[in-house]
Order: sequence, then C-alpha cells, then structure tokens
Amino acid sequence: MRDVTIGQYYPVSSPVHRADPRIKLVILLLYMVTVFFCESFLSFGFLTLFVIVTVIMSRVPILKVLKGLKFVIIIVLITTILMMIFYTDSDATPIAEWWIFKIYLGGIYSAVKLAWRLLLLVVMPTVLTLTSTPTELCDGLESLLSPLKVIKFPVHELALIMSIALRLIPTLIEETDKISNAQKARGAEFESKNPFKKIKAMLPVLIPLFVSSFRRADELADAMDSRCYRGAKGRTRMKKLRLRAWDIIALIGWCAITVCILFLKYNWLGWNFITMLSL
Amino acid sequence: MPFLHFENVDYSYPSGEGDYIRALIGVDLEVERGEFVALVGCNGSGKSTFARLSDGLLLPDGGKVTVDGMSTADKGSLYDIRRKIGVVFQNPDNQNVTTIVEDDVAFGPENLGLPPAEIRERVDWALNAVGMSEYAGSNPARLSGGQKQRVAIAGVLALKPELMILDEATGMLDPEGRREVLDVVTRLNRETGMAVIMITHFMEEAAAADRIVILRHGKTVADGGRELFMTPEVFTDAGLDLPVTVRIAGKLAAAGVDIGTPLSADEFAAAVAALKRGGKP
Repeated sequence: MRDVTIGQYYPVSSPVHRADPRIKLVILLLYMVTVFFCESFLSFGFLTLFVIVTVIMSRVPILKVLKGLKFVIIIVLITTILMMIFYTDSDATPIAEWWIFKIYLGGIYSAVKLAWRLLLLVVMPTVLTLTSTPTELCDGLESLLSPLKVIKFPVHELALIMSIALRLIPTLIEETDKISNAQKARGAEFESKNPFKKIKAMLPVLIPLFVSSFRRADELADAMDSRCYRGAKGRTRMKKLRLRAWDIIALIGWCAITVCILFLKYNWLGWNFITMLSL
Repeated sequence: MPFLHFENVDYSYPSGEGDYIRALIGVDLEVERGEFVALVGCNGSGKSTFARLSDGLLLPDGGKVTVDGMSTADKGSLYDIRRKIGVVFQNPDNQNVTTIVEDDVAFGPENLGLPPAEIRERVDWALNAVGMSEYAGSNPARLSGGQKQRVAIAGVLALKPELMILDEATGMLDPEGRREVLDVVTRLNRETGMAVIMITHFMEEAAAADRIVILRHGKTVADGGRELFMTPEVFTDAGLDLPVTVRIAGKLAAAGVDIGTPLSADEFAAAVAALKRGGKP
C-alpha cells in the first residue's frame, strides 16, 4: 500500500517532460477549449493527429496512456450507446429499427463525435500527469496564479496546501489500512453486502482517522514552524521555473492548432472548400 | 553566556477537569555550543516539553528560556531563535511537506530566503551529510523509517543550526534505524561542532553522549558525564534502564569479577579481553 502515489508520473526524459509545467497547464487549458470547438470529423482528425504527435514525443508507452483512459471508456461506451438509441430525426429514415428504437445515420455520427470528444478531453490531462510530477504541477499553478496576489489571494498558501495534501495521501492510506486491520482484529465486519451496513462499518475507521489527521497536522505545523516557516514572506525557491525557447514554440504551435480548428468551425474568410471536405 | 539557558523554568498544561499537569518544575539547565547532551527520562518526565520550550513552540509559565541571549518569550526574536535551533521530531511521517526528498530538505533554506544556488548547495551538503544523496529524487513515503528520519535531520541541517534537538527522534524506529540516526548525529557533532541534545529513553544512545541529564517528574535529578553510570540508582530511580553492558558488569561485580562500567559492546569486549589477559581493565 505504501507505493500508492497520486498521479502516475512516468519518469523518462522527453521534450514533453522537460517542458515548463506552466506552459503545459496553459496548453492544456487551451486544448480543452479547442476540443469544444471541434464539430466536423475533419477537425477531430486534425486535433487527434497532434494529440498522437504529443503522445509519441512524450515517450510514454501508448499502453500507459490507454490505461489512464480505462475508467472513462465505460462512461464513453454508455453515453455513445444512449446517444445512438435516443437520437431522433423526423426528416431522415432510420437505417435500422428494433422494437421502439430507431437508429439513424445522424445518430451514429453524433455518437461517434461525442465519444471522440470525451476521449480527447481525457487523454491530454492523462499525458500531463504522466509527464509532470505533482510538485511541478503545484509550482506551475502557483506561478500561473501569482497575479492573483494583487487581490490578496493566498496563492502560495494554496500551493503549499496542495503539496502537503499530495504528500499525505499515501500516509493516510497506510493509516486507514492500519486502523481497519485493528478494527477487524476486534471483530469489525467490513465485508457486508448491504451498502448501508458497509458505510456504518466505516465509521469506526473514519473517526480515528480524523482524530489522527488533526494530530498529524499539529505536529507538521510544529515541524514547519521550527524550520522557520513564516508563510510566503521572504521565501525563495530552490527550483526556479524557467521558460525556454522550446516552451514558447510549443505554445505558439498549439495556438496555431486552435486557430485552425476555429477556421474549420466558423469558415472565416469564406473558405467554403474546407466545409466541403468535412462531413 | 550559555547558548541555551533554562532559568528556573516552570511549565504546566491542562489535563482536563480543570486540573494541571506540571511538566517542568524549576528547571535550570545550560547547554554550551558544541556539546553533545543526552536528555533522558521515562514517559511523562517532561522531555518533550523541554524540546518545545527551547524552540519557542511553547512558552514557559515561569522562569525564562534564552537562546544565545534572546528570550523565547520575545515574539520578534522567535525567527532568529529557530534559525539557531533545529528540532527533529519523533514521528518520521509528520515532518516533511513535499513528495520529493530534495524539495523537502530545501523547505527550510527556502524559508530563510536564500538565493537558489545557495539553497541547492545546502541541500546537497545536508543530504550528503546524512548519507541520503542517492535518494534526492525519491518520494519520502517510499523510504524506511530510519531513512525518513535522516531526511528530516537533513531538512533541519540545511538551516545550519548551532544546536540540533532530537525529540525522541529514534522512538519509532527499529534498531537498524536507531543506529543510522545515532551515527549521523554523533558524526555531525564531531565534524561540524553543532551542539546536540538527544532526547531519548534508550540508554545505549544516552551512553554515546558527553553529558547526560536525567529528568524525573519535571525536575532535573542528575547532570553529569559518563561517571553517572557508576551510580546506577540515579537511573533506576528515574524509571530508566541501564545499558545492558552496565547491567552485566553489575552482575559480574556481584559475582566478584570487576570489569568497571563498560557503556558499549566494544568497551565491554575490551574490558573482558583485558581481564582474560590477566591485567586490570
């Protein structure tokens, strides 16, 4: 149990790993927005191409990435099936009919697009967590949010809280294990099929866990105090985030991709041939 | 002027039902720079309270605690006091703040506002000093208890304190981990001249110190060098064990064989060997 860590960092050296976490976060945000502007199969294909390029560049085995999508695939399948079944179009003739269900060609198109969109939405965050350590992400977020300091938003504190939370997850899992074993040894029943009984059985685990978490927090605060912690005041960092040319190129590249997708959607400049190509 | 000075310090904490437990009663103690002191006592003797008072995490109810002339009661000098005194606590799981060893060691120097290059230097030095350099990029959660405590020591060391207090820092470790920590601390004391106060109830650790202070019910009952072991009663009265070598030597003495008071296995072996060769130890 002690090997549990949040995130799923895959430690290899690649351009994606080395990229500045701030740039990665900004690109992710930009990308998520872009996904929602994809409407035609052409734009989906276009975006997917660059996703694949990113995955290859990250040197994370494709299986690792797919493993990250494991849980979403079920949701994707269910929504796709529902989409196909309940899609109605009074103008078109159904291509298949069974009992009260009618399947239309348009339904299949929208279902595939929906599934594609969901997968695109999940794959890049997975790549992000595979290629950045939690600390990098915390630091990146702290740096990105730092303009909010002007309005007295506690950016540093927030980043520190995140960092401590991440670091405590394995500790707390280990502790939960210990407590539930102790309760089992005294005859507690966790294996009940009844969900209400199951939740009730968790209570004697959760209460000691809560109490010990507060104690832990107290001790950690003492340890931090004695290591001269005074909040953000006068604090410096050992690892400075530094933008490199490559980061800027990556950002510009992704901006270009977004612009392309927008062209495809809104058909600016009257480029009708693009719409002719798309379905 | 002593570096750490407890002057007639009282401290009590509430025990519920409106009652108070007197953790320290009129404690007077002076610790100089470079000393290696073992503070021993059984549970409830006030050992941990002592550590917290030294660092200003607690303030005395009576008397005064000064560090290098600065009183812990003066809020303005707390930060400077904590730069000079580092505390390593008991639970190795409750002291680190990040998921990477070197980032955690950097936490202290970062708080001091040092330039990044100097932080890097101190972190590398501290990790090397505790023999954990190869784990710089690891997740502390994956280390053993002894290794976690060495990281915690490195985290305090990176602040370059003049006095390190180990508050039962080996209490939750296995014998291997205890030995690791004791070796590191002894070496640091010898090589860098950093003063050490080792709070413990393991007598083998106390025996490694130059000076031993015994606490009992919140009062110091003995304060001296290794000659304290010549009078075992001061330990047993305070609810403490004697090092196993001292106990065996005691039994031998009762049986008519005098090998003195060896404090470690090495000393014991040397004494017995000397005896076998026919000389006086």
